[in-house]
Amino acid sequence: MTVMSDTALQAAPATKARGYWATVGRRIARDKVSMVCAFVLVLIFASALLAPWLGLADPYQGSMIRRLRHIGTPNYPLGTDELGRDMLARLIYGGRLSLIIGILPVIFAFVIGTSLGLVAGYVGGRLNTAIMRTVDVFYAFPSVLLAIAISGALGAGIVNSIVSLTVVFVPQITRVAESVTTGVRNMDFVEAARASGAGPFTIMRVHMLGNVLGPIFVYATGLISVSMILAAGLSFLGLGTKPPEPEWGLMLNTLRTAIYINPWVAALPGVMIFAVSICFNLLSDGMRSAMDIRN
Amino acid sequence: MFAYIARRIVYVIPIVISVALVCFLLVHITPGDPLVAVLPADASQELAAQLRTAYGFDRPLPVQFGLWLWRALHGDLGSSIATGRPVLSEVLRAVGNTVTLAVAAALIGFTLGLMFGLIAGYFRDTWIDKVATSIAIAGVSVPHYWLGMVMVIIFSVQLNWLPAVGAGPGGSGSWGWDWEHMKYLILPAITTSVIPMGIVTRTVRALTGDILSQDFVEALRAKGLRELDVFRHVIKNAAPTALAVMGLQLGYMLGGSILIETVFSWPGSGLLLNSAIFQRDLPLLQGTILVLALFFVTLNLLVDIAQAAIDPRIKRG
Repeated sequence: MTVMSDTALQAAPATKARGYWATVGRRIARDKVSMVCAFVLVLIFASALLAPWLGLADPYQGSMIRRLRHIGTPNYPLGTDELGRDMLARLIYGGRLSLIIGILPVIFAFVIGTSLGLVAGYVGGRLNTAIMRTVDVFYAFPSVLLAIAISGALGAGIVNSIVSLTVVFVPQITRVAESVTTGVRNMDFVEAARASGAGPFTIMRVHMLGNVLGPIFVYATGLISVSMILAAGLSFLGLGTKPPEPEWGLMLNTLRTAIYINPWVAALPGVMIFAVSICFNLLSDGMRSAMDIRN
Repeated sequence: MFAYIARRIVYVIPIVISVALVCFLLVHITPGDPLVAVLPADASQELAAQLRTAYGFDRPLPVQFGLWLWRALHGDLGSSIATGRPVLSEVLRAVGNTVTLAVAAALIGFTLGLMFGLIAGYFRDTWIDKVATSIAIAGVSVPHYWLGMVMVIIFSVQLNWLPAVGAGPGGSGSWGWDWEHMKYLILPAITTSVIPMGIVTRTVRALTGDILSQDFVEALRAKGLRELDVFRHVIKNAAPTALAVMGLQLGYMLGGSILIETVFSWPGSGLLLNSAIFQRDLPLLQGTILVLALFFVTLNLLVDIAQAAIDPRIKRG
């Protein structure tokens, strides 16, 4: 017996064992697709943030004589829009509002949904029934319809569009959080914490949050992709921001009339929405497989 | 089985009532008086009070909800402020066109999704899998209203093969199953099919992969079954989940058609919703959303029952 454990000790790796999150981080860093997506997203975020210092044309300054120039026109690398404004400047400035209205609802829903799901999953009983049956009601609406119903009733505007999308995503995140929490709450270490006298709030905050946050975070990252498409979609319908503000969905809407004159310039804002959406989707997939250590 | 169906139907009743409550409350979260839309700008105080009584807005909210629900149960969803016609008939006429579009899109999206998903799951981690998963992820990430615009640019503006907007020659609202009408259906149907195609591909790929790694497949192969017969077992095992996902997707296409219908001016429930929103036609908005949500709830119920019927493992009776 002693001999065997001695050999086992010698066979143990000399290097310090890496923690779970460090391993996950390394696995993501090795995944080429995730890294390319992260790079593209950083590029889009940084250029939106630093737009005023990039030496771009004024995104609001139009001109009647240089409307709808083609892609590749000197001084206008991506052409001009229906009012003669520089497309490159508008696409980069457009990222500011588009990213805010696309990402904020998911952040809000993440905070609200995780709290609701954690409480429902941990406390269980009647509280669980009350929260989860309310969530079921929102599942009775297709998400696009629910977003449009709330947005349409509240009226156009950025705040209203963020509110309506938050309402759409809270039930989805609550469901994920509740099912993950229910899975964790009966594990031995939670039982041990309870036995050693920890209160429910401490158990939820210290012992459970760290264990349920990962899967919810991955789910929320994937939701950003949907949120970007829906937020720009609301603006596209005229329920988001108002002209002359540069925003990708609204730009698509106003450029729709130009598809017979300069079709490819009209399609540009959609490329931006597509790029952000697909990068968040791929990143979410990459994180999911990186966290699945068993494979 | 029948006990399960009965239980499932009973469970739907509170959902339906809650859905109705949400639709009812929609009008009351609108900023300002719900009367604003009906009232002329120069109306007197007396007229406003008269109308408030006539519409029942002066009663307590629960009473208003009860009365509204009672009328809705009798098929009376009020009349459109813009046209004066009954909301229910307006909505049902438009829903027909949306169903046509959604079913056409489902045929395209589900066929491709099932094909790509099965192939990708079977040839997991090969180049075939990579191509299929790339198509799927592009499908779920694309802003479909933009894709619609790009389709119009390519096939209507540049190639001049297909019409850009509408649902029939001369802007006629009546649909017919001939080439003249079908031409109008092709672009919106393909555009609508992209998201379900992507989601079905991803679901079926994951299912196929999981099933193929199970012991019973090993046993089938050890027994000497040909690959084609193994594949049949895979399909049988994947069917219930795939069916549930497809049912849900059909519901999303029916209820979430507003963006595509706006791009293509397709005269369905989405376009109706769009005009209701911008004309502040609240009864029409409320009625359209109620009908679409009830469609969705019913579809989910049918999918659950169908799933229980085809899956012998579900013994919920």
